[in-house]
Amino acid sequence: MAMSVIWTVMVGAAILCGLATGNGPAVAKGALDGAAAGVELCLSMMGVLCLWMGVMEVMERSGLAGGLSRLMRPVLRWLYPGFAKNKPVMDRVSANFSANLLGLGNAATPLGLEAARLMAERTPGVASDGLCMLVVCNTASLQLIPTTVASLRAGAGSAAPFDILPAVWLASVISVTVGITAAKVFARLWR
Amino acid sequence: MSLFFTMLVPYLMLLVALWGLIRRVDLWGALTHGAEEGVKVSLRIMPPLIGLLTAVYMLRASGALDMLGEALGPALTALGIPPETIGLLLVRPVSGSAALGVGAELIETYGPDSLVGRTAAVMLGSTETTFYTIAVYFGAAKIAKTRYAVPAALCADAAGFLAAAWAVRLLFGAG
Repeated sequence: MAMSVIWTVMVGAAILCGLATGNGPAVAKGALDGAAAGVELCLSMMGVLCLWMGVMEVMERSGLAGGLSRLMRPVLRWLYPGFAKNKPVMDRVSANFSANLLGLGNAATPLGLEAARLMAERTPGVASDGLCMLVVCNTASLQLIPTTVASLRAGAGSAAPFDILPAVWLASVISVTVGITAAKVFARLWR
Repeated sequence: MSLFFTMLVPYLMLLVALWGLIRRVDLWGALTHGAEEGVKVSLRIMPPLIGLLTAVYMLRASGALDMLGEALGPALTALGIPPETIGLLLVRPVSGSAALGVGAELIETYGPDSLVGRTAAVMLGSTETTFYTIAVYFGAAKIAKTRYAVPAALCADAAGFLAAAWAVRLLFGAG
C-alpha cells in the first residue's frame, strides 16, 4: 500500500513540476527511458550478484556461518542480558546475526522473526529491552560485503566496484554503534 | 591498500573455494545453486525496479529532484552530505526497492566513481529499510507497545547517512 501511494506521488509530482518548468516533453521521455533502464540495470548487475550469492552459499555450507555465530556469543550475551541464559533465543539471535553479516537476508529474517516471537512470549504485546535491541540490530546494516550495491556499481561501469568496502564498513560500524548505544541508553530512560 | 581492496574479491573467491574443498563441501553445486538464487533475486527485483526507475527518471527530467536538492541543499551541505542524495535519504527507511531505484539512478547519472555515486552506494550499503523491518518484526511478535525501538533505529539510520557521507569524503577526497 505504501508503495502504491509513493509511486503515485512521484509520478504526479514529476508531471506537475515538468509542466510548471516547461520540461513536459522531457518527463514523457523520462518515463520511457526509466522503464528501459530498469531492465538494463537488472541485467547488468545480475552477473556479479549471481557470483556473490554462489560464494555466499559455499561460505554457509562450509560452516563459516556457524563459526561466526560462535565467535559472536560473548558480544550477544552483553547485548541481550535479559536472554543470556535462554538457549533457544540465543541460538536464533546468533544465527540471525551471522546470516546478516554474510548478507544472507533470506536466511536471517526467519531466524530473527522466530527469536522475536520467543522473546515476546515473556512480555506479550510489549517490546522488552531484548526485543528492541533485536529490532535495532536488524534495522542497521551488518552486511560485510554489500553484494547488491557492488553489483550495481559494476553494472554502471565502475573501475573497482568493491573499493567502497572500507567506507561501507566504517559507516556501518558507526551506525550500528549509535543504534546499540541509543537502545542501551533509552532502556534506562524509558518507562 | 587500495590494491588490497581491489584484489579482495578474487582473494576471497579463492579462499572460500579452498576452505570449501577442505571441508568437503560440494563446491560446484553450492556455487551454481547460489547463482541460481541470484538469477531469482534479479528477476524478483526487476518489476519493482522498472516501475521505480520510470518514476525516478520522470522526476529527474521534470527538475523536481534538482529543486528538492536546492531547497534542502544548505542544510545537507552543512552536515557534509551531498544534496543530490536527498531523494535517497527520503525513501531509504521506507522501501528497499525504491531506495535501490533512486540509488541506481544517482550512480548512473553522476557515475559510479564520482563523489555522489560513491556516497549513494555507501548509504545503500550501510543502512537498512528501517520501517519495513520494524513492521515485520513487531507484526510477527504481535507487539503493540514498541517503546523506544523506533527512535533508537532512527538514530542508527541518521548516523549511517552522516557516516556514509563522511567516510566517502575521508577515504576518497572531495573529488
